[in-house]
Amino acid sequence: MRAWRGGIVPVVLLALAEIGFRLRAGPSDSLAPPSRAIAALLSILGDGSLLFGSAQTLGSLLAGLALGSLAGLGAGIVLASSELLRRLSFLSIEMLRPIPSVALLPLSLLIFGFGYGMEIAVIAFATFWPSLILSHSAVGQIEPRLMEVARLLRLSRWQTAAKIILPAAAPRLMTALRLAAGLALVVAVTAEIVSNPQGLGHDLMIAQETLRPERMFAVLFWVGLIGWGKNAALLRLERWLFAHRGDVDTSIAA
Amino acid sequence: MSLPQAALEFEAVALELGGRAILQDIGFTVARGEFVSLIGASGCGKTTLLRLLAGLIAPSGGKIRLDGRPVTTPSRQVALVFQDYGRALLPWRTATGNVSLALEAMGVPPAERPQRIAALLAKTGLAGHADKYPSQLSGGMQQRLQIARSLAQDPAVLLMDEPFGALDAMTRQALQDEVLRIVAERGATVLFVTHDLDEALYLGDRVIVLDANPGRIARMLEIPLPRPRNQLTTRENSEFLRLRRELFTAMQEMLA
Repeated sequence: MRAWRGGIVPVVLLALAEIGFRLRAGPSDSLAPPSRAIAALLSILGDGSLLFGSAQTLGSLLAGLALGSLAGLGAGIVLASSELLRRLSFLSIEMLRPIPSVALLPLSLLIFGFGYGMEIAVIAFATFWPSLILSHSAVGQIEPRLMEVARLLRLSRWQTAAKIILPAAAPRLMTALRLAAGLALVVAVTAEIVSNPQGLGHDLMIAQETLRPERMFAVLFWVGLIGWGKNAALLRLERWLFAHRGDVDTSIAA
Repeated sequence: MSLPQAALEFEAVALELGGRAILQDIGFTVARGEFVSLIGASGCGKTTLLRLLAGLIAPSGGKIRLDGRPVTTPSRQVALVFQDYGRALLPWRTATGNVSLALEAMGVPPAERPQRIAALLAKTGLAGHADKYPSQLSGGMQQRLQIARSLAQDPAVLLMDEPFGALDAMTRQALQDEVLRIVAERGATVLFVTHDLDEALYLGDRVIVLDANPGRIARMLEIPLPRPRNQLTTRENSEFLRLRRELFTAMQEMLA
């Protein structure tokens, strides 16, 4: 309802920026008025370069996110169900987790060279940890009664995982996925800006190096749009999956 | 080898948790098909007793036998109906799906499931609610659903832990009669925990009174009231009233 109201603030800000530029004479190498940024956006949309860059960034993002979050999810569930494994891996996790994922870019570049491999590896590393921590706690928060029902019915380990643990933890796992996806976009663009010559991050660098701020703003706007769209899609998916469940608050997705 | 007479046997069962005695010297037997009510103040270990029998926890002393065999782990021969039905049902499955869980656990072929589920839902008065999720059912219907799921495992022993404690009086009476009818049809052995004296008398063939700190058997009372029982005539029966007075006095003495 009345979603257009949210549009008032950005439109006013853009108009003010445009007026400011018009009043201040002379071209700039660092900033560009919204009108030129919009023109640049239409142009790079038209020649396909923006879509090509998006495909590269999103390709790495999806592959890295799939690897990292699936591995993290699996590891989190396994750790939550085995006290021994949890104790064995505690120190390793606490030592590896704090490493900023972008600090691994040089190493990843050495191993994989330029291209998808290095970027996917770093995104997978970055998304692995929050997925592990969040899925571990998601499993820990499952209603103990349900685990007793599983024991009373003598469900096997696999049956318990598939019929009780996964569906019970699914809403929290979806939240974990949404957070990991946000992180994945940050890491993907960072990798492309810092070292990997492809994708939207690289487009930003080219715009900077060729002193074309209007193009930079166009790509920035586009990256924001991708982040927003991805989040909105995941929220819709959550709502669609869990709307009928009495134990899940889907109002955030409404 | 002759079949043991008793379906359930407790022999000098004790349970300690953290150095504190929870249950002490619990000894009784329940015959096949018998309906035994367990009653006592809160904290007397009634629920713990059921959990021991279900194999969810192990006693620190004594023996628990089911059909002559010691209970060490949960068995699908024994079904446990929890008081907090809202937590014991799978919120992501419909009524059908929740009953199906027990059939899946037992390895019933998928082709046979719909028919059995429909029969169980009909028996528990949920025929029109097969596709509803627990959140769409009232408290009474959710408890019916939990009972349907426990019946799906075709148990020889039904353990019920204050199953109607959270329900309103009308729903409660309706469910009491339904449970009696279902149990009579199946010849199942029932151990029914309650803190409601009238409920214990109305349902049971026998009432066991537990005292607290540590939990132990204080009293055992045969209830020779005719069956089928009736919410009006049974409760007006002079024998019912006499037993009620006796039980009430015993409970009062325990609390004093």
